[in-house]
Amino acid sequence: MSLTSAHSVVAPSAISKRVAGTIIVLYALISIVPLLWIFATSFKTPPDSIAYPPKILFQPSLEGYCNLFSTRTRQTPEYINSLGPATGVCDETVRKRNMVIAGPSNFMPRFINSLIIAFGSTFCAVFLGTLSAYGFSRFKVPLADDLLFFILSTRMMPPIAVAIPIYLMYRELGLSDTALGMILLYTAVNVSLAVWLLKGFIDEIPREYEEAAMIDGYTRLQAFWRTVLPQATTGIAATAIFCLIFAWNEYAFAALLTSGTAQTAPPFIPTIIGEGGQDWPAVAAGTTIFLVPILVFTILLRKQLLRGITFGAVRK
Amino acid sequence: MLNRTADSVARATPEPLARKVRGISDKGLAWLFISPTILLLLAINIFPLFWAIYLSFTNYRANRPNEVVRNVGLANYKRILGDQDIWIAMQTTAHFVFWTILLQTLIGFTLAWLIDRKFRGHAFWTTIILVPMMLSPAVVGNFWRFLYEPQIGLFAYAISFVTGIPATQIGMLSNVSLAPWSIVIVDTWMWTPYVMLICLAGLRSIPEYIYEAAEVDRASNWRQFWSITLPMALPFIMLAVLFRGIENFKMFDMVNLLTGGGPGSTTEVASITLKRQAFESWRTGYSSAFAIILFVAVFGLANIYVKALNKVKQR
Repeated sequence: MSLTSAHSVVAPSAISKRVAGTIIVLYALISIVPLLWIFATSFKTPPDSIAYPPKILFQPSLEGYCNLFSTRTRQTPEYINSLGPATGVCDETVRKRNMVIAGPSNFMPRFINSLIIAFGSTFCAVFLGTLSAYGFSRFKVPLADDLLFFILSTRMMPPIAVAIPIYLMYRELGLSDTALGMILLYTAVNVSLAVWLLKGFIDEIPREYEEAAMIDGYTRLQAFWRTVLPQATTGIAATAIFCLIFAWNEYAFAALLTSGTAQTAPPFIPTIIGEGGQDWPAVAAGTTIFLVPILVFTILLRKQLLRGITFGAVRK
Repeated sequence: MLNRTADSVARATPEPLARKVRGISDKGLAWLFISPTILLLLAINIFPLFWAIYLSFTNYRANRPNEVVRNVGLANYKRILGDQDIWIAMQTTAHFVFWTILLQTLIGFTLAWLIDRKFRGHAFWTTIILVPMMLSPAVVGNFWRFLYEPQIGLFAYAISFVTGIPATQIGMLSNVSLAPWSIVIVDTWMWTPYVMLICLAGLRSIPEYIYEAAEVDRASNWRQFWSITLPMALPFIMLAVLFRGIENFKMFDMVNLLTGGGPGSTTEVASITLKRQAFESWRTGYSSAFAIILFVAVFGLANIYVKALNKVKQR
């Protein structure tokens, strides 16, 4: 159904369109204020960020980003003066606060953990999901409905309830606080989404393509590889992005099962503190860097969003 | 001539790999494709679940792995069902689920209904509205702590600007009666777009000719809304409620970061109680029993609900 198709006799009147448009635009603007505020705060200095009344206009500063990526120590002005000239924007910014950069912060390693775990688990989930979805879509699997429901039901458990035995199991297997352990766990959570979504996409590819290929002498596997997969690329890409977003955003498992080497960004960002409390510009800077990829993906995905969030139940 | 024969013979002979795969029946291939997923789920989901069931009958504590584990029978379950705090946590969870779903459905449906007027630029603004639901509830929830700060926070400032109450007195997270609402507000902000998107699909699924027929019958707009729009969109609304219900029953990220269950235990939802019991008091056996009860509750409620949903769909 085309979105622009005109209602015939029941077209909304021009005035009702205008009223509807105004309300929607107002809602949209109000609902993105918190996000704009995160973005703005990331470019404020700490004093500006906690000014009252809240500052809408301010002198932009990179202090938040500098603080996010570095650890700093307080020094006497004499010591700072005895150092050579500042070696960069960040060096200069922190020296104004009588501090020197002591080293890199943990943000980069945590961010890299997030990347490794999100991409690793997405790859595994989509790989397993594509195979299973094809199996469920094309073959008569005994108890197919029960198996599909079982796959979905694993998603209903509260993460904390799952985390208790996983915590014990990983401790026994030496997987606690490892990227591998998190990849396995996120793969298991995401594979249910991947199977359900991809089954919907593969169901939409006519069987005739494979049958024609098999008459031409392809084996079933070759037919799957050469005709089904290329047809399913959009679906696979959309599914992969949904898995990626879940793994990227996940907090509960990460907070309970990782503490150091494999910790991802979501449990780390809230722990960023400065002198005398939370360093909000640094938190905002970390949040901004963390959110930007998701914003890009949301825009890429907007046509598939509905399908993704309903596990393929609603397809438009 | 000879060359051509050799060529056709080569083509007719399958490669060793192909021959092997060709040998696999469709049934074999189906299992080959499906079993890795099932095995992974058995290892990461089902095995731990059975382990948790076993632990729920013991007094095991994860922080004392060397202590002798005793079988305590149903004692953990009896203690939970008699535990006042657990019942309060369940009530708190029910309140959250009720209010978030009510608000999200009302606002979400209204927004969808307005967007369905197809004013100019509706696609762009819809995308903007959808952004919050894609973000990490933990990372964004954490930032809301800043917006909620009594004096410096933007939210408190906006409320005091509108109502005239001094901004220092608006302690959304520290006030016992406001703290639960602080979570409802963030959850509604974040997930209303979700309900809206599903409702929009429902509204767009209603065929045009039904309205045309109603128009011919001179049914008023009001009448059309109640006897066409709402009933036909109902399965979609119910689906949205199902997904949100399951998710909000499990709610953890936002509460843990915004209030951590406080002040006192005013916002202590089931997941937070579970975390405190399992990972702070280390009562592993006891918390496993609670986890099983929660799982059975979600699973049971979801099943009953799906049956109701199917009935509405068939109507």
